[in-house]
Amino acid sequence: MSKPSDLVQGTLDMLILKILALQPWNGWDIGQRLKQISSDVLGVSDGSLYPALHKLEHRGWIRSQWKASENNRRAKFYSLTQLGRKQLERETTNWNRVSAAISGIVKLKEA
Amino acid sequence: MRVEQWFYSLPVRLRSFLHPNQADQELKEELREHLEQQIKENVAKGMSPEEARYAALRTLGGITQIEQQCRDARGGNVIEDFFQDLRYGFRQLVRSPGFSALAILCLTLGIGANAAVFSWVEGILFRPYPAVAHQERLLALAGTAQGERRATSLSWPDFLDLRRNCTLCEDSFVSKITGSSLSIGDHAETAVGSIVSANYFDAIGVHPMLGRGFDPGDDVGNDSHPVVVISYQLWRNRFKGDPQIIGKAQRFDNVPHTIIGVAPEGFYGTFVGWAMQFWVPASMEETFESGGYKLEDRGARWIEAYVRLKPEVSRAQAQQEISAIASRLETTYPATNRGRGFGLWALWQTPFNNAGTLLPTLEVMVAVVAFVLLIACANVGNLLLVRSFARRHEMSVRLAIGASRVRLLKQLLTEGLILAALGTAGGLLAAYWCRHALVLLLPARSGVAMYLPGEIDGRVMALSIGICLIVTLIVGIIPALQTRNLDLAGALKAESSAVVGARKKAWMRSGLVVLQVCLSFVLLVGAALLLESLQKIRTASPGFITTSVVTSGVSLVAAGYDVPRAKTFQDELMDRVSVLPGVQSAAFARVTPLGYGSYSSTPIAVDGYQPPLEEQPSIEYNQVSPGYFTTLGIPLFSGRDFTRTDDENAPPVAIVNRTMMTLYWGGQDPIGRRLQVKGSWARVVGVAADSKYESMRETARPFFYVPLRQDFVRAPALYIHTNQPLPAMLAALVREVHALDANLALYEMITLQEQVNRSTSPQLVAVTLVSILGGLALLLAGVGLYGVMSYAVAQSRRELGLRMALGASAANLLRLVISRGLRLTAGGILFGAAAALALTRLLGKLLYNVSPHDPWVFGSALAVMAATAISACLLPAWRAARTDPARVLRE
Repeated sequence: MSKPSDLVQGTLDMLILKILALQPWNGWDIGQRLKQISSDVLGVSDGSLYPALHKLEHRGWIRSQWKASENNRRAKFYSLTQLGRKQLERETTNWNRVSAAISGIVKLKEA
Repeated sequence: MRVEQWFYSLPVRLRSFLHPNQADQELKEELREHLEQQIKENVAKGMSPEEARYAALRTLGGITQIEQQCRDARGGNVIEDFFQDLRYGFRQLVRSPGFSALAILCLTLGIGANAAVFSWVEGILFRPYPAVAHQERLLALAGTAQGERRATSLSWPDFLDLRRNCTLCEDSFVSKITGSSLSIGDHAETAVGSIVSANYFDAIGVHPMLGRGFDPGDDVGNDSHPVVVISYQLWRNRFKGDPQIIGKAQRFDNVPHTIIGVAPEGFYGTFVGWAMQFWVPASMEETFESGGYKLEDRGARWIEAYVRLKPEVSRAQAQQEISAIASRLETTYPATNRGRGFGLWALWQTPFNNAGTLLPTLEVMVAVVAFVLLIACANVGNLLLVRSFARRHEMSVRLAIGASRVRLLKQLLTEGLILAALGTAGGLLAAYWCRHALVLLLPARSGVAMYLPGEIDGRVMALSIGICLIVTLIVGIIPALQTRNLDLAGALKAESSAVVGARKKAWMRSGLVVLQVCLSFVLLVGAALLLESLQKIRTASPGFITTSVVTSGVSLVAAGYDVPRAKTFQDELMDRVSVLPGVQSAAFARVTPLGYGSYSSTPIAVDGYQPPLEEQPSIEYNQVSPGYFTTLGIPLFSGRDFTRTDDENAPPVAIVNRTMMTLYWGGQDPIGRRLQVKGSWARVVGVAADSKYESMRETARPFFYVPLRQDFVRAPALYIHTNQPLPAMLAALVREVHALDANLALYEMITLQEQVNRSTSPQLVAVTLVSILGGLALLLAGVGLYGVMSYAVAQSRRELGLRMALGASAANLLRLVISRGLRLTAGGILFGAAAALALTRLLGKLLYNVSPHDPWVFGSALAVMAATAISACLLPAWRAARTDPARVLRE
């Protein structure tokens, strides 16, 4: 329920894109996978998931479609757009660069 | 945002904008679905349904908040913001209707003036011939001559050679304006038409709505194809829309012509300014043009023509080719073509119709309306500044609760757009109403349908929309600049009182007023210069008497008079007219000075004068009867006037003007010397003073006269020098004419002054338009100044009250406010005078005998501006003087 920290806010977008890169999911599934992957460390609440999804959709990175879910109920499925795929690549590269730099600094401190 | 991103996000943005309820509904459903899943999972974990539900709600957080967050995430929706701003902007405008109406009126005037002038430029200069195909490749074709700055006419054989040899021209055709008398039943009238080449209708892509155009052979031979295509208007008005008209005969200049076609509605021919009523093939030239059969005479230059270039061919390329053709003709026919060339002109520079005469006026108008637009914008800007000051509180609150400055700018621009769009719509409407207004400014003449339409087409629309956007930027950004340095804390506090003339923040408003005064001063100077030169040109002496000489004509040709009968008639009429009471003298002449009719022109030779090798001197002349010089008051310096004995049986004689004497006889008296006219020798019997022949603006040029009897025309104009008023003279003349032949009709009678006025009508148009717009500018500037001053007074009531309490008299305060207003005005006039000194040169062609820096003109413009400024300040100053110190200081 609480707002995620800034770091998470930035990475949440990337995580969602990453999850959707594999296959389309609905909101519930995305939430479940987020929890699995991040082992609850990031503490992404379901409350912050939906605004993030809507924002990504409006930026044109993901698109939504109403479909029948596994248990035959109507659910909104999100999938990655071409543009979203590019964005994911960009953010991944970015992330790798930043995290490499940060871990370098952290190690430096330890030494 | 990049284009690519728009591609993906536009559908969803549009959807959430157009169906906000549906989007909300789906969001609710999505969240409910999530909740259901959570509950299901909780139940699976072993909770009771009730418990599971609460737990799920806890995990998810407040549904309403999430919904709002989702909506916010969707936010930043440009379209939605825009429409929200639009709605808000409209509400704001409706809330202050006085302001809105004034602002929209200003913009309507500014944009409307621009749209109207653009539509005239489009309809008169760029796309003058509505129904004609591919006007963008059409050029005017005329002749050039060594030592002659003006374009000349072409001869028919030259035109045929040019048409045959021009490979870059898709088509070329002749269209020479001509007049004719037209009798239907017992009613005779003049009509204006064109003598055209047979390919005319095919070349311009106009197909007669009834019948056909001309056959290829129709322009060959002498009076061999008496066929005519009549205009739609003539068909409707004179022939009552007779569907069986084709094949019927109609007399033009008393020669029966077979009507073979009716031109479609909306086609007015190819002569800027006048609507053509009929078209005849060139083979009928001798019937309509005086001076004999000219289709085989390379020396007779009488036609005007157009060419259409092939696509992708430039004017320069085509000019090169036809110049080459011209120089080949020069070598082949030196006697007629020495020193002669061909010239191509863009349609808007056409030398032989009203495009050329109106061009300088319209050029000036484009600049003038730009000024008016700027002044209108400055005015609206000022109004907006006042309002933005009043809205400071609103803006501050919006900023305080988190609106970004960009968002506020967008809001202000949207409001500007609303104003500009309404102004543009009003302006286009005004331009549409004014599209035929130019004709009203030109003097009417009988028998001629003036046609000077404005054309509001895509290009004019696009230009107006462009102006609309520029205006939007200007009027949106001016108040935005004010909010830029909005001091939040200060603005939220109560407005502090101000001091007259000491407000730093007022610089922008003052600057706008200075700009307005400056621009309107320039327009005032321009209008005054034009007015003075119109005055001068209309009172200048053309070299002949204008006020007591009237001119008219008798329809001898239409009545079927042959040459001997016409000669007798002219003699008899002259005898009768000269003895009428009040008539001092009377005469005939073929061409009226300063009229549209063109003089005859001939290559000349003079005994003892050797022309430069590359030049074949060619001079214009008029055919006049005895008494012409006395009647028009043109002095004869030496020799004698023509007499009745200078007739067809006497040896040819001529009277030359003074410039001709100077040029060809070295200033020595040429009486008794010989002059070759049209190949035969005439003896010079007199020297007349120079006068104006075609235009008041022409410089002295050689000219001569021959006796009417020795170069006879059946329908000369009649001139009467009389002290009778025009209606009485007309009645007397009608009586005398009818005494000779009751069937004859008289043409319009006017004074020669009217003739001068008609010939200077472009100047009148310029004066009228610039004066109207200058007055408008003055009014706007006055309103602007008034606005600034009354606002300053309203803002500084405390200070004024204080001054009064400390002993200032009402007169002191009056002076204080007026001097502040005059300081602004003085600044504006200073800049305006500097700008006017630089800009009035552009009026060049429209000015006559007036220096663009005429001190009297600048002085009177200054006086008018100052008077306007004082009257604009008077009311605010009076209000300041009436300040009640006790009340103001208590507030």
